[in-house]
Amino acid sequence: MLAADGTPLKKSLARALRLQKMRALALIAPLLIFVLVSFIIPIGSMLFRSVENGMVAETLPLTVAELKNWDAESNELPDEAVYAAFVADMVVAIANKEHTRLGTRLNYEKTGMSSLFRKSGRKIKNLDPATDAPFKDKVIDIDKKFGDVETWAVIKTHSVKITNGYFLNAVDMQRTPEGALAQPEDKRILIRLFQRTLIMSLIITGSCILLGYPVAWLLANLQARTANILMILVLLPFWTSLLVRTSAWKVMLQQQGVINDVLVWIGLVADDARLVMINNQFGTIVAMTHILLPFMILPMYSVMQTINPSYLRAAKSMGATNWTAFWRVYFPLSVPGIGAGSILVFILSIGYYITPEIVGGTKGVFISNRIAYHISSSLNWGLAAALGSILLAVVLILYWAYDKIVGIDNVKLG
Amino acid sequence: MADATASDAFVEFERVQKSYDGETLVVKDLNLTMPRGEFLTMLGPSGSGKTTCLMMLAGFETATHGDIRLGGTSINNIPPHKRGIGMVFQNYALFPHMTIAENLSFPLEVRRIGRSDREAKVKRALDMVEMGAFGGRRPAQLSGGQQQRIALARALVFEPELVLMDEPLGALDKQLREKMQFEITNLAHELGITTVYVTHDQTEALTMSDRVAVFDDGRIQQLDPPDTLYEEPKNSFVAQFIGENNTLEGMVKEINNGLALVQLDDGELIDCQPVHESVKPGARTRVSIRPERVEYNKDRLKEGVHTLKAEVKEFIYMGDIFRTRLSVAGNDEFIIKTRNAPDVDRLKPGQQIEIGWLPEDCRALDA
Ligand SMILES: Nc1ncnc2c1ncn2[C@@H]1O[C@H](COP(=O)(O)OP(=O)(O)O)[C@@H](O)[C@H]1O
Ligand SMILES: [Mg+2]
Repeated sequence: MLAADGTPLKKSLARALRLQKMRALALIAPLLIFVLVSFIIPIGSMLFRSVENGMVAETLPLTVAELKNWDAESNELPDEAVYAAFVADMVVAIANKEHTRLGTRLNYEKTGMSSLFRKSGRKIKNLDPATDAPFKDKVIDIDKKFGDVETWAVIKTHSVKITNGYFLNAVDMQRTPEGALAQPEDKRILIRLFQRTLIMSLIITGSCILLGYPVAWLLANLQARTANILMILVLLPFWTSLLVRTSAWKVMLQQQGVINDVLVWIGLVADDARLVMINNQFGTIVAMTHILLPFMILPMYSVMQTINPSYLRAAKSMGATNWTAFWRVYFPLSVPGIGAGSILVFILSIGYYITPEIVGGTKGVFISNRIAYHISSSLNWGLAAALGSILLAVVLILYWAYDKIVGIDNVKLG
Repeated sequence: MADATASDAFVEFERVQKSYDGETLVVKDLNLTMPRGEFLTMLGPSGSGKTTCLMMLAGFETATHGDIRLGGTSINNIPPHKRGIGMVFQNYALFPHMTIAENLSFPLEVRRIGRSDREAKVKRALDMVEMGAFGGRRPAQLSGGQQQRIALARALVFEPELVLMDEPLGALDKQLREKMQFEITNLAHELGITTVYVTHDQTEALTMSDRVAVFDDGRIQQLDPPDTLYEEPKNSFVAQFIGENNTLEGMVKEINNGLALVQLDDGELIDCQPVHESVKPGARTRVSIRPERVEYNKDRLKEGVHTLKAEVKEFIYMGDIFRTRLSVAGNDEFIIKTRNAPDVDRLKPGQQIEIGWLPEDCRALDA
């Protein structure tokens, strides 16, 4: 097809639309840049950090090159060339004050590496790479750990620029010269933590459904005035600080707390056998159910509001009892709201941090608390990033599974 | 069918009142008796309480006062699902998460009817509304008219004796509406079901019903077959509400030989039939004349009837009829309708004519 001036119609149309598209793009550009900077780049950098591992190779370039010729499984120490290269690398690193950072990095893989590098640094500085050869014995003299095959094996194993080591650690395995191996029994905590996070999030989602459904139903079916008051009660928690709400649960649930006091007073519980309801999984589930409940109620409510009351009337006029009318007609129509609320609550709770941190004790913490620990205490950002990436993947997989089973089209927010 | 006696009464409302808020009565005093098999329409302006009456009959609202009986037994305390009344809702209320066949089989399932029986009944009901091929679809995949038919089939599939319909054709376009009006009346008569039909469309009410109950202000203003309703309205509300109507206001001078002499506000005299009980000498009255009963051809008027002077304001050619607006006795909205026939003059604006009518076509009603 040709346009009136002879150019192909397609081209002419594209030209006509281009200006419009450019203008639209310019309008959304600030938002686009904001999303890019605040959302996509951080996630991208997290994903990258979980595999990035340039430090060993950058700080000890000569050593890493020499170690290529050494077989870590031979059970023999590397030869003089490696030690000479190591001294040369270290002198430069010490001058740049990089050797302690390297020690910290290697300490994630083997405890003791941090102090080894810190302490030996001062002495290695006094060696002159040009004149003091041979180095092997001198270096081993400085610290006999340099005479340990394993020290060199760790350096060699973690000298690759892109590593799967953090991900292996995140699933309770480790990178060794022999390949990926399971962590020793006492260090395997992360998989359990993942499982616990998933199971507790499911329980929290379930409790939110059970508690939220009747409330949402009331909201959608009460008279406008009463419903408004109820709605304020539902939203009230949003106006209170999360910390205050969580601490309130601490007051309620602790052994000398309100609930125990009442139970003892009624006589249901003996004074010396007060219930332990806080700093464990129970406390976390109770507090998080309470905190996430509005996220369940609101989508349910907005879906229920769209269910025309004449459906129930029609069902009853056809002979259905109240229960049958609810179960066969109202409930199926409200399922999209349950779906939307569940996805929201589940995804929020799987990454929740503050509440488990405060009321979870040791048994009720989530994987996110471990991530926070690695980011702010152990400074093992690579592992934290790997854990975060796995969490992201789990959420995406569950979302996909939900789409397959229930259908994401069935999720409505109103 | 028009005069139902208490013996064959199927649906009865006796002195029923309804208030939602405890302050105003939405239904003020409803008395209604329907025989089996009747097609009765509740007609009235929006807000006149029609839906409320229907909902009380279906059991979704309770009467504040009075008695509602079905087949002789009071149903005030029977819950909706035990009343066995079929209902068609204005928005159809087809369950969107079920297919058409599942929708139809729902009332049979809750009645614990066996699977094979159910399937046969569903098929029969679908065939009845000519929708046999659509059993597997969802309501959203059907057009408005098709959904309408399904709603009808669903209300009938469990063979109720009484079916209630609340403005079921309100959402359809005119052509489809006329077709469905015809189909619904045919079905109802064929199956011999008693039907209470609610509408605010008077044409619908007139064409479909055995009897029409005209509602206003929470009361039945008149309950009669369509022709009686149109030709013999009992009060000015019904006269105004049903069909097109001309109104002239005046005072009753005297009543002679069953005819009232009314002096209009501009002094002219006309003869009318006194209808409303308030029509007594000295009382004010509102006179109602149908546009098609007004005659301006002197030759066709009876000797001696009173005529009125009129000025033609507007002449509208409508194809089969002419519609002319006149100014009569101070009323500028006086309409007359004449058939488009070869011997009929076309009036011109500004023309002065004389109009008249048969005294029995001119009804003196309440002021
Ligand atoms: N559920 C209700 N609560 C309060 N007032 C109502 C309710 N339903 C109807 N009304 C009032 O009752 C009157 C009659 O309503 P309705 O029966 O729906 O009239 P119609 O069907 O003739 O249009 C209206 O004034 C309406 O506002
Ligand atoms: Mg209504």
